[in-house]
Amino acid sequence: MLKIEELHKSYPIGNSSLHVLKGINLSVESGEMVAIMGSSGSGKSTLLNIIGMLDNYDEGKYILDDVPIKDLTEKKAAIYRNKFLGFIFQSFNLINYKNAVENVALPLYYQGLKRKERIEKAMFHLGKVGLKEWATHLPSELSGGQKQRVAIARALAANPKLLLADEPTGALDTKTSYEIMEFIQKLNDEGKTILMVTHEEDIANMCKRIVRLKDGIILEDTFVEQVRASQYV
Amino acid sequence: MFDIDLWREIFQSINKNRTRSLLSGFTVAFAILLFAILFGLANGLNNTFAEAFKDDAINNIVIWPGETTKAYKGLQAGRRIQFKNEDQEFIKKEFGDKVQFMTSRVMKNVTASFRNEKDDYTIRAIQPDNIYIEQNKVKEGRYINQLDNDNKTKVVIIGRLVEENLFSKTTAIGKYLNLSGIQYKVVGVYTDDGGDDEENMLYIPLSTAQQVYGNNDYIDMMYMTYNPEMDYNQAISFGNVLKRKLKERFSIARDDQRAIRVQNNAEGAKAVNLMSFGLGIIILVIGFGTLIAGIVGISNIMIFIVKERTKEIGIRKALGASPRSIVSIILIESILITAIAGYVGLLVGVGVLDLATPSLEAYFIKDPGVSNTLVIGATLTLVLAGTIAGYLPAKKASKIKPIIALRND
Repeated sequence: MLKIEELHKSYPIGNSSLHVLKGINLSVESGEMVAIMGSSGSGKSTLLNIIGMLDNYDEGKYILDDVPIKDLTEKKAAIYRNKFLGFIFQSFNLINYKNAVENVALPLYYQGLKRKERIEKAMFHLGKVGLKEWATHLPSELSGGQKQRVAIARALAANPKLLLADEPTGALDTKTSYEIMEFIQKLNDEGKTILMVTHEEDIANMCKRIVRLKDGIILEDTFVEQVRASQYV
Repeated sequence: MFDIDLWREIFQSINKNRTRSLLSGFTVAFAILLFAILFGLANGLNNTFAEAFKDDAINNIVIWPGETTKAYKGLQAGRRIQFKNEDQEFIKKEFGDKVQFMTSRVMKNVTASFRNEKDDYTIRAIQPDNIYIEQNKVKEGRYINQLDNDNKTKVVIIGRLVEENLFSKTTAIGKYLNLSGIQYKVVGVYTDDGGDDEENMLYIPLSTAQQVYGNNDYIDMMYMTYNPEMDYNQAISFGNVLKRKLKERFSIARDDQRAIRVQNNAEGAKAVNLMSFGLGIIILVIGFGTLIAGIVGISNIMIFIVKERTKEIGIRKALGASPRSIVSIILIESILITAIAGYVGLLVGVGVLDLATPSLEAYFIKDPGVSNTLVIGATLTLVLAGTIAGYLPAKKASKIKPIIALRND
């Protein structure tokens, strides 16, 4: 599903450059649920952004669903992002002047679907996250947990192969975090491949595999016994 | 290709970000408004200048005699100069096609009476060309013609105000007007844009006046227009040569300034023309100044808007928006706002000018106004400027890596 070999990435800082990723090797199979952990500055977010084609890399290989991802034009990257990937962000990143259903429908707009079809699909996914009756509310009228659920519905709307989550529970309290995790686990149960960055142990333990990064290299890569979030809710 | 979804996105964005849309619209509307008003006022000032020279043809030359002040060729100072018909013939022969229209004139003060109405007026006895020189317009009947002059007929053309004064109860045409004891038939009524005095005149044939009031061929003044194909400098030198030739003809010293006077409109017109040119430059500067201010304004706003929308652009890109769709959504929005706001500014500006026109006349500003072509041109310029000003940051924004756009700050 996803294969990364000897991936390097550095950022220029003034005259020198900061070497963030120093040769990452990682492969993820379909249906996995992987947590990428590490202290800040370990390179975990950079890795996720490269996987999400939100950022490019300097050296190495990255193959997603048998497609080599390297030096993409903006146009191609846009198409791949739309087709392969769904994003869940720590700060939700909903468009504030669009209501819930319009936010969910946005990736479908970029897929070129007709308006009626878009709204229908968006409503279906909103229903799946349990927010059907909140469809016409603006993000400012929703709680943090609800906003993240709208964001998840949006990530799912385009039916992506891979779901990328950057600290999905970072802005939420513990109870809401577990609700969101329960939801993400359910998606994984249904077969979605999920990759998430987190620095919280309890959240990481709810995944099936933990990859620990330190100073730009993989320190540890272990499969773990998944803790079900439902037992806390 | 009409993409209804794109327009829906744009209208939603405009509608939901009203402050931003109104602010940028206001800048453009205000620039166009200022442009229209300033341009209109400057035009009004220019109209006032044009108006000041509206009475007579702009290429007029007037010649009138006086008394010599210097003895010359054995002739005493203090000699009266008297023009006669042959002097007009001399000028026509001497200068040919440099003279466009010409009339001699005899003036006479009379008391005009019709039935019980009575008033004092000045008669101008003239030849047919006078209509072009005074720029009279025939309102009713006809003007003095050559036949009148050939036959010395006793006919009179009266000004609009004379008609109102003496013929308030009946029509003037065909009636006989008593001018200090002699009956003249009214054959025409004229109007003149030169003011009330010009419409308070009586015109009769020159030859009639010469016979009735002196039985001679004397004339008081000569009026002509020079050939308009001459430029100001040629016309001024024509006037000078004309004056010199007449002085020779009447044996007047060259430096005698009072014996014959020639007033040449070309001299004044040259000055006015320079003034108009200066005013035109001021108008241009004002116009470009406001436009540039508007361009700077809309450019700033576009840069600000793109900056404000950076995060939204990042989100859209993460969800699969192509760079092209990002650029077009920002550009079309800005073009739409600029065009509508420009139109509003145009309407308000023209409206303000219309409302203010009557009260502005006291300040030497007449008929202020701008042509629609000009204002629409200015609006299009602003739209174009907004497009260019918006395109560059929009293009840049569309290239921003989503990760930078999405960074929390």
